[in-house]
Amino acid sequence: MSQPPTADVVIIGAGVVGTAIARQLARYDLRVVVVDAASDVGTGTTKANTAILHTGFDAEPGSLESRLLRRGSAMLHDYAVRAGIPVERTGALLVAWTPEQQQALPEIQRKSILNGYAPIRPVTAAGLYAREPRLGPGALAGLEIPDESIVCPWTTPLAYATEALAAGVRFRLGSLVTGVRDEAGGHTLTTSGGTVRGRWLVNAAGLGADRIDAMVTGGEHGSFTIQPRRGELIVFDKLARPLLGSILLPVPTAQTKGVLVAPTVYGNVLLGPTAQDIDDRADTSTTGTGLTGLLAAGRAILPGLVTEEVTATYAWLRAATGQRDYQVRVDAARRYACAAGIRSTGLSASLGIAEYVTGLLAEAGLVLTERVGTPAGPPLMPYLGEAGTRPYQDAGRIAADARYGRIVCHCERVTEGEIRDALASPLPPADAGGLRRRTRAMNGRCQGFYCAATVSAMLATARPPGGTA
Amino acid sequence: MNVDVLIAGAGPAGLAAAIELRRLGVGRVLVVDREAEAGGVPRHSAHTGYGLRDLRRVMTGPGYARHYARAGAAAGAQIRTSTTLTGWQPPAGDRPGTPVATLTSPAGIETVAARAVLLATGCRERPRTARLVPGDRPPGVMTTGELQQRVYLHGERLPGPALVVGAEHVSFSAMLTLAHAGADVVALVTEHRRHQSYAAFAFGAAARWHTPVWVSTAVRRVAGRGRLEGAELADLRTGESRFVECATLVFTGDWVPDHELARLAGAPIDPGTRGPAVDTALQTCLPGVFAAGNLVHAAETADVAALGGRHAARSIAAFLTAREPLRTPRLPVTAAAPLSWVSPNAVRILGPPPPRGHFLLRSEVFARRAALVVRQGATTLGTAHSRLVPGRPVHLGAAWMARVEPAAGPVTIELG
Repeated sequence: MSQPPTADVVIIGAGVVGTAIARQLARYDLRVVVVDAASDVGTGTTKANTAILHTGFDAEPGSLESRLLRRGSAMLHDYAVRAGIPVERTGALLVAWTPEQQQALPEIQRKSILNGYAPIRPVTAAGLYAREPRLGPGALAGLEIPDESIVCPWTTPLAYATEALAAGVRFRLGSLVTGVRDEAGGHTLTTSGGTVRGRWLVNAAGLGADRIDAMVTGGEHGSFTIQPRRGELIVFDKLARPLLGSILLPVPTAQTKGVLVAPTVYGNVLLGPTAQDIDDRADTSTTGTGLTGLLAAGRAILPGLVTEEVTATYAWLRAATGQRDYQVRVDAARRYACAAGIRSTGLSASLGIAEYVTGLLAEAGLVLTERVGTPAGPPLMPYLGEAGTRPYQDAGRIAADARYGRIVCHCERVTEGEIRDALASPLPPADAGGLRRRTRAMNGRCQGFYCAATVSAMLATARPPGGTA
Repeated sequence: MNVDVLIAGAGPAGLAAAIELRRLGVGRVLVVDREAEAGGVPRHSAHTGYGLRDLRRVMTGPGYARHYARAGAAAGAQIRTSTTLTGWQPPAGDRPGTPVATLTSPAGIETVAARAVLLATGCRERPRTARLVPGDRPPGVMTTGELQQRVYLHGERLPGPALVVGAEHVSFSAMLTLAHAGADVVALVTEHRRHQSYAAFAFGAAARWHTPVWVSTAVRRVAGRGRLEGAELADLRTGESRFVECATLVFTGDWVPDHELARLAGAPIDPGTRGPAVDTALQTCLPGVFAAGNLVHAAETADVAALGGRHAARSIAAFLTAREPLRTPRLPVTAAAPLSWVSPNAVRILGPPPPRGHFLLRSEVFARRAALVVRQGATTLGTAHSRLVPGRPVHLGAAWMARVEPAAGPVTIELG
């Protein structure tokens, strides 16, 4: 069998980090291929997290994470405006509920300054309740982080991937990498979707990054093990949204990191996460004890949550490595870059990581020539957030196309036009989950009671059944 | 746009109200429904038994839905489908009035000012997520609403084996729908110690389809990655767990009113029914805003919802012609545990009796013959006796309303 053509760079992993790197490399005259085991981009940790665009105030000072987080979040704020990714600068309040937590506040403030985030400021109990009147009783003091923001974790990798695709990057989805051989001046990847060859290899495989690293390096220097850390989260009904204005963060103590309560860009309220080390890196199930524990914690922080319905529950799997910093490095001899162990900050740091990895690759010998005629700027993505105008609210759009006035998913107010657009987009959904992430359809309080049959029929018409949600 | 009455929801309650309003001579009645067809949930509820109390007929759900849609149009109400009421604005000017509605439809965005508003937005089943059933999240897990639409509106076949969670009327209906869709039903599962439907249904299910009802059984966990594999069930008496394979899992019953519009309008919500609090005239706490149907009593049968709509229409017609709105004291009526809720949730001195002359209650416990005691402070206003079955309607007569004292505080209904 003849060898497939050799790309310049193969990126393993189409999550937020992999697609950000693809987008960055697509600026140059390179043939780039992105490989992912799943049938869509952003299906791992990228799609299920706390959706916070971190300032990086609480990173480890001096770490690579701290640096890339600070750089990456500034870049993403800017990119989001241009790409139409929902971002709200809600600010965050770090709330101390016990004297021990209160005593930890000055150190957190000091660390924030060291991390390059200066606007952090102390808040008294009175100040907390003035800002957040529905906060539960017993808050002693806090810190305000005015620039901590919330972001859409689904549109972000789709924007990166759509931009990369438009610039010529190829996506080989449904391709699980089972072996890597360094031969004939490049890497030959054996995957479930066929063979892929690339001169340079980038490992952005998230929860599978240690497997890939072991395949490439044979477990040599600097190898690491991914220890999945599961966090369960509860999403409350949008009717709970008026209960808070800011992200409410816990003060981590020696015993526990605590749980946060945060608005989401879609108008829900998020509660969580738990923190449990597990062995099965595909186990995104929720547990009875996890959810019960979260409810108890949530009701103490924001008692108004008691009477609101739960819309969804999910689990976030963080790729912890047991190391306290990112595992980002380049092996020039092997023409291999590793961007792994991104802990819980991949979304926020993604553009910083992409810039950094590209720099490392250039230093290691990857020739970067600016591509002539690259499309200017990111694509304008369908806007999914509540802070802006959505099609059902836009008289002009409805006048131009009546299907933006026909609401199909009632709970989330998603129109027929938006679903049609998603199904016809350059990176269309492979399944119901993909359609949810591109439109919000079926994500609402009725969980499909009213709309799932209709939306599924639209999906089946565009794509034959056989995928997974 | 200006109308006399804006009705949100063209289900049985909304359409019956529209018909009655027109019969009473109300001029401009606009009914909006966000679905493509009018008629509400009965559109896709293919079994028979609809129309008993309101039409004195026996019809299938779809036939009943079509009947009301046609009758509404024939009565001269304007019915607009694929039209969603997305929010409210305060009324223009400095006169107090009903909030102005914003509508989205393929025709564009409009505002509607109405002299009176009727919320008739019905109820939905609480999905697996709201019930906090943990585990994996594969496809194949749904509520009856989705099941009915897939089978009756889209003609889908569904894979068996199937498991039905709940043993209310709707649960047996779901079992029939699954059978129609080609899925063998393994069992109906209920946490209660017995089923909550008519004996005939349970007997029929067991005899014809050999479908058992597993009582005192809870669903502890859903299993399956990418594909539903089954559910872990726990026996609440013994604590034992077992895994039951299924490819379709339907969560039935456990209704909650679709009260978003009531909340957005600022109408206080009754903590029992979880719908807008309404008095016996079916007026909410907001002047000129009324509510009827399963939005205020989730879930009664469609004919009860329709009769509630008719009752609300009479109140609205009186409201529209009254020179002075009824301002007699309004007293909350609440149901004490283990009664779950009572509807309506308030009485007014000199107010009308409730729809059909009785209050509706729900109980969390079974009882062969329970005493329902109506109290106001230390005074007993009345007593009645009733059988109690969780999820099934309990009727309480309204004669005690005549004995309510305006200054003696709220009314409670308790088990004696």
